[in-house]
Amino acid sequence: MIWNEKIETMPLADLKNLQSERLVKLVNYVYQRCPVYKQKFDQAGVQPSNIKTIDDIVKLPFTTKHDMRDYYPFGLFSVPRTELAEIHVSSGTTGNPTLVGYTHDDIKLWGEVMARAFCCAGAVPDDTIQIAYGYGLFTGGLGAHYGALEMGMTIIPTSSGQTKRQLKIMQDFKPRILACTPSYCLYMADEARDIGIDPRSSSWKIGVFGAEPWSESMRGEIEATWNMLATDIYGLSEIIGPGVSQECHLKTGLHLFSDVFYPEIIDPDTGKPVAEGQDGELVITTLTKQGIPLIRYRTRDIVSMTSQPCKCGRTSPRTSKIKGRTDDMIVVRGINVFPSQIEHILLGIDGTHPHYQLIIDRQAHKLDEVEIMVEVDEKLFSDEIKQMHSLEQKIKKEIEAVLSIGVTVKLVEPKTIARSEGKAKRVIDKRSL
Amino acid sequence: MKITQISVFLENRKGRLYEVCSMLGAAGINIRALTIAETETFGVLRIIVDKPDKALELFHKNNVTANRTEVVAVEVEDRPGGLANILKSLSEQDVNVEYMYGFIEKFTEKALLVFRFDDPEKAGKVLASCGINVVTSKDIQAL
Repeated sequence: MIWNEKIETMPLADLKNLQSERLVKLVNYVYQRCPVYKQKFDQAGVQPSNIKTIDDIVKLPFTTKHDMRDYYPFGLFSVPRTELAEIHVSSGTTGNPTLVGYTHDDIKLWGEVMARAFCCAGAVPDDTIQIAYGYGLFTGGLGAHYGALEMGMTIIPTSSGQTKRQLKIMQDFKPRILACTPSYCLYMADEARDIGIDPRSSSWKIGVFGAEPWSESMRGEIEATWNMLATDIYGLSEIIGPGVSQECHLKTGLHLFSDVFYPEIIDPDTGKPVAEGQDGELVITTLTKQGIPLIRYRTRDIVSMTSQPCKCGRTSPRTSKIKGRTDDMIVVRGINVFPSQIEHILLGIDGTHPHYQLIIDRQAHKLDEVEIMVEVDEKLFSDEIKQMHSLEQKIKKEIEAVLSIGVTVKLVEPKTIARSEGKAKRVIDKRSL
Repeated sequence: MKITQISVFLENRKGRLYEVCSMLGAAGINIRALTIAETETFGVLRIIVDKPDKALELFHKNNVTANRTEVVAVEVEDRPGGLANILKSLSEQDVNVEYMYGFIEKFTEKALLVFRFDDPEKAGKVLASCGINVVTSKDIQAL
């Protein structure tokens, strides 16, 4: 079913009018309420009165991850803190984390787009859904929760982890819908076999998988292993969390809910739009958000986009899966990791700047593993094993505290980490996504 | 009183100890005492050599992580209870031994042991007050 038939199948001309109307309102809203945006607009020499249709959006300045950090915590907000119903925080690149906040209407919007996403994947209100995304500061769990609630599904909020319990709950309550990261879904298959459950006999028939990049081959594996339809969901906390776009059962791209999240695909170097179908950076404007509306937010995700309506009936534009990043961010178990975070931590440990390397690996059907190799120079080295151990533990603990995922730290000899042109390669991603 | 030990960081990989030792051999540096402490992923090689400054320079040049630690080499009666005797005095005076190991050869009838103390100054005083012979750098070079 299509959750919001009127909007989701709206003729393109009407959709464009709606977007124009919303953009005009939005620029006035942020200009009056958010001093940072007023200043950004003034500096760019653009006034709200210059924005008459959605095509005028290119006159507006971009918003970046740096802005999120620089104006932390509440600088980019357009409402006072008292109007916020909920805030979420994700780890930042260096120093400040990324803070986002939702008014009651924003939470309603989140529920609406997530309801659209679940229906797009094939769920119906009579379904039971097992939500195995983490609940908490991470937007995955609660975003899915609000959508399922809005739709009227029966929710089993298992959150992530405790795999045996997840499987028991699946067997006992027979949910047809599963929402979690794709790697966790595969990981659960191994656990299932270990305790004598045949994954192909599971009750899960539709998976809504996201929060990390994954490939067509991984989709094939999940579908064959679990005998289910595996669909891709996309989102980022700055825009709303999960629920920006979602694949329908035809699996021909992710439907982007463009009546509320206006997409542009640009050349990341020039900032100019690329031709339809070409790869570029996805830029999103939140047309109706109140708490922290973002104008032309640069997601740094590389995708291509088509505006050809889909056979499913939806008229929204469709993007490809994420093809890459414009920065060095990597996503591990749904957590954004920047090599600069590791650098920052190591610098803090001894004031030294050791060479390091992140190795991300994913054994078949296992969760992503992160190993951090740190070159031991004379400043870090001690003749006492216990000192070296505590150094290893200290690095491990501090990194885990920032990233919220378990890591292995390995101390290695100088010059062990390969350097090209004198610069060490910071990340080796061995995962076959 | 104190002598110089060189500690070397070694990754736990095949042939690495050989590489480090052959570096010393090629430079004409003789190992007088050694021990290896190891963990799952790395080890620390501790050596007493006849030319410590030269060895350190060599390691530095070859990107081997190494540093200098002050240790105390002590002559111990080569008979049952010889070591226990020394440890008793140290323990009574609250001197903590971080680690210790033996020399490969001895230059008198007594055994030679290397001690790494948390407080080498105090340890030296305790040993001297017990009339225990502490080996000097000159003695090591003369070995």
